[in-house]
Amino acid sequence: MEIIELGAVEIAKAVKSGELSALEVVSAHLSEINEHDGDVGAFLLVMADRAIERAKEIDKRRSGGEELGALAGVPVALKDNIVLQGVETTCASKILSGWEPPYTATVIEKLISQGAIPIGKTNLDEFAMGSSTENSAYFPTRNPVKLDRVPGGSSGGSAASVASRFAPIAIGSDTGGSIRQPASLCGVVGVKPTYGLVSRYGLIAFASSLDQIGPFAKSVDDASLVLSVIAGHDGMDSTSSRTATYEHAPNESDISSLRIGVIQEMMSDVSNDVLGVFNQSLDALRSCGAKVETVSIPAVRYGLSSYYLIAPAEASSNLARFDGVRYGLRVTGADMNETYGLSREAGFGPEVKRRIMLGTYALSAGYYDALYGKAQKVRTLIVSEFARAYSDFDVLVSPTSPTVAFGFGDKSDPLSMYMSDVCTIPSNLAGHPAMSVPFGGGADGLPVGVQILAPALSERVMFQVARALEGASTYMAKPQWAH
Amino acid sequence: MAIEDEYIITIGLEVHCELKTNTKLFCGCANQFGSEPNTNICPVCLGLPGSLPVINERAVEYAIRIGSALSCEIRPSVFHRKNYFYPDMPKDYQVSQYDEPICVNGKLELPSFPKTVRIERAHMEEDTGKTTHVGTSGRIHGADFSLVDYNRAGIPLVEIVSAPDLSSADEAREYVSELRAILVSTKASDGKMEEGSLRVDANVSVRPLGTEKLGTRCEIKNLNSLRSLGRAINYEARRQMEALSAGQSIRQETRHWNEDQGVTSALRSKEEAYDYRYFPEPDLTPLDPDMDEVATIARALGILPPARRLRLRELLDGELTRSELEQVQTCVKFDLDEHVLDAVRTGVPARLALARGSNELASYVNQATVDSFEVAEFPRGKFIEVISLESQGKVSSTQAKTLLSRIASNHNEEVSALIEELGYKAASQDEISELLDRLISENSMEWERLCAGENQLAGFFIGKAMKITNGKVNGKTLASEMAARRLG
Amino acid sequence: MSADKISSNETRHIAHLARLALSEAEIEDFTGQLAAILEHAKDIESLNLDDVAPTRHALPIKNVMRSDEVRKSVNREEVLRMAPETQANMFLVPKIIGED
Repeated sequence: MEIIELGAVEIAKAVKSGELSALEVVSAHLSEINEHDGDVGAFLLVMADRAIERAKEIDKRRSGGEELGALAGVPVALKDNIVLQGVETTCASKILSGWEPPYTATVIEKLISQGAIPIGKTNLDEFAMGSSTENSAYFPTRNPVKLDRVPGGSSGGSAASVASRFAPIAIGSDTGGSIRQPASLCGVVGVKPTYGLVSRYGLIAFASSLDQIGPFAKSVDDASLVLSVIAGHDGMDSTSSRTATYEHAPNESDISSLRIGVIQEMMSDVSNDVLGVFNQSLDALRSCGAKVETVSIPAVRYGLSSYYLIAPAEASSNLARFDGVRYGLRVTGADMNETYGLSREAGFGPEVKRRIMLGTYALSAGYYDALYGKAQKVRTLIVSEFARAYSDFDVLVSPTSPTVAFGFGDKSDPLSMYMSDVCTIPSNLAGHPAMSVPFGGGADGLPVGVQILAPALSERVMFQVARALEGASTYMAKPQWAH
Repeated sequence: MAIEDEYIITIGLEVHCELKTNTKLFCGCANQFGSEPNTNICPVCLGLPGSLPVINERAVEYAIRIGSALSCEIRPSVFHRKNYFYPDMPKDYQVSQYDEPICVNGKLELPSFPKTVRIERAHMEEDTGKTTHVGTSGRIHGADFSLVDYNRAGIPLVEIVSAPDLSSADEAREYVSELRAILVSTKASDGKMEEGSLRVDANVSVRPLGTEKLGTRCEIKNLNSLRSLGRAINYEARRQMEALSAGQSIRQETRHWNEDQGVTSALRSKEEAYDYRYFPEPDLTPLDPDMDEVATIARALGILPPARRLRLRELLDGELTRSELEQVQTCVKFDLDEHVLDAVRTGVPARLALARGSNELASYVNQATVDSFEVAEFPRGKFIEVISLESQGKVSSTQAKTLLSRIASNHNEEVSALIEELGYKAASQDEISELLDRLISENSMEWERLCAGENQLAGFFIGKAMKITNGKVNGKTLASEMAARRLG
Repeated sequence: MSADKISSNETRHIAHLARLALSEAEIEDFTGQLAAILEHAKDIESLNLDDVAPTRHALPIKNVMRSDEVRKSVNREEVLRMAPETQANMFLVPKIIGED
């Protein structure tokens, strides 16, 4: 088997045993990037020299008899809103062009300590705001499965890098579906863990109460392994759970005793091709012995409205610091106030400005209670309705995205773009884990993912169901150039 | 009738107090005054993208101490973000407690006015960095600019907000000096106004005598000393009275105190009313202090100013005179009570220790920067040494005062060396005796009259003695020697 | 209070609060777009949630604190070299209105 087709588990095993050198692994992926990233545009920055150097180091350690970590020699693509000391981090925004952070995110430290090799920083919708990666200030990323389609977003570059075989695993962030939706559209596995399971330290905040870092992978087991490496308490993140951990349990796939709920409200706006694949996945779950029934969670209908008040509100405050004083772009005006206005006007793209405007409005005097305050209460409603559903079901399922990958410019109206997140948003509002597993091909053979939702800190059962779905599916998305 | 008699002044104070923790409120950078610019900074207090705050537990403990010392109710609290743009705020929002502060409903009793001031709240927040304005001269293009140092950004503050219960500049000054004494007692703050550890904003309004409704208030900023506070309040109250008397109305605004010109002036008006868009800080968790721990903290509080005053009063027998009561207050106000107590412990008479502490040490507070509280740093051992010598008659009271004054201006001066230098070598009993022999033989007539009961002549002899010794004789010792001879 | 109808003046005010020097065309676009998004949000405005407490944190955790121990600060040069303009080891900014 070609190196670039190997998964993280296999690579780590081969590197540890000496069957493959880390350098061979990195080189194979770098040459694939060289060959095809010009078409895809998954990376904002490829860290070839660093990656090669790091691979040599790992190989040297192996030959010196040192024990290697769980991700020994595994290249990892990093969404460019997560900081790595000395490596330009832009959030795909002009306002951060050239910014080299003086510190490293906790997740990246954890990955590196287990032998993973950062291979590049991936493209995203500017500041993770979007569902297509069209909002990158630099260039859009193309869906490797069909290059005239978007990869989804905001972690479109990370999803595309895995789907393109540029890296076996990638890291993204998910505020309203930014890992799961692109995973679904590109045909890879994407996981949004429970809020607080993975440290956010070093993740450039979009909406602090919703953001969560998670993995992309070609297989459920790879995603599970990566999650086990990045999960766990971090003293630098006050919202990181002190007790929660996630243990990789590769063989659990028996779901015969599980009760699985199909969320009725998440079926309504779904296109027929997606619905068809989704229904096949339900049959597969049934034939694995699970009890599958429909459940109604009416409050999720309000998820979109609640999300599009809370996330922009927090974003408007989180993005205030990009003011041209300490780092980033400055356009000098007559005085400080004018300099703020000009710098931010020039540095932010239209979607970012739109959300800053919306969030500023939602928090401003007179509207707080009716908008932001109300949205926070809707979260409570969603949490309590999920709790009720979980008294009858172990996990819930839905399509991840209402449609397969769409074309560039198809959703130029902001509201229609926001609708792409309708199935993924409720998990962020509740802080619960959810993941997308590719199951079949929809229109034009484009990938369709199934979303599995679970109660807080119930990643283990979520992965069990994911393995069962993976085992029941024969579908495998391939890059366009591999046909 | 003077204009001041036609109006009632109402004052509420907001006091920002820097906490004396080792590190900042949300990160591990040193909380240190006077470091090189931008050396105590990290991703968190610089607000670098991706960084997150974590609350300093000692800052919370200090806030609880302060709240307890002010008889506040300690409550569950939530940090909010106060959003506005300013270069000294790295995140362009300030993390502060808004509608759910940690301490509420406290009180503070003014020591010399029969008044209890209500404390509405004491809440925690982070300090901002420092901007230094640089004039036109330094730059080719001739544009004004500012320089920003973020060492102070993120230092923990407690803001103590009083009810509008104060009605004069004197009361306001006394409130702040008593509050300062309380803060220092809790060891949560060093109370150094001159280093900005304690910063005061005053809300001042006036209303015509006989009316109930409070007038429109102005907030005065940049009050760096008790002296500024008093002057600014008097100026501002008078300004408002004159405006009202002239039929003008008062605009609610923030005003800046200019110490040199002695006036307040409206800050160039912000083009919009502030809309801070407060919302709960999602990067922090709520605080819900354990009530047993709060009780433990309250029990462990040091001795507070009312008790400190009582401790001094109890040193003196019998009813205290008004001036003695003032001396007690002064000693506590300037943290000199430990000096006095220690002196008394070594055997110095209490009244002498109290008088020297309040009248001498406290007066060395430089008048130009009144209430720079550094006077408490007067070396305690040297204070005791000097007044012990005085009480033993080895130096005169005038000499003792001179010694204290010299040491006040240079804490390194040694008492013995000063005595040598000033020629205060205390006269021995024999020398006093010889001196008196000489005086009696040279002024035998006067001595006869003194012995016959003309007591006023004692001064005559002391004067002569001073002349002979160039003022070096201890008048008291000589007087008691004369008394002994007369009886003798 | 209902949050319907947003005027271009209101958009201008919000842009000022957010320190975005928007063009007139942007003001116009955003006025329309904000109105549409807020219109969509009306579904929650009509919900009666008086007895529902807001969810601020997904995890019910409180009192997360750290000990008061000094940690190493970052290298000043590494930070200053990322700044648009510096002088005397400080960040240089244009004139601040409202300052003396």
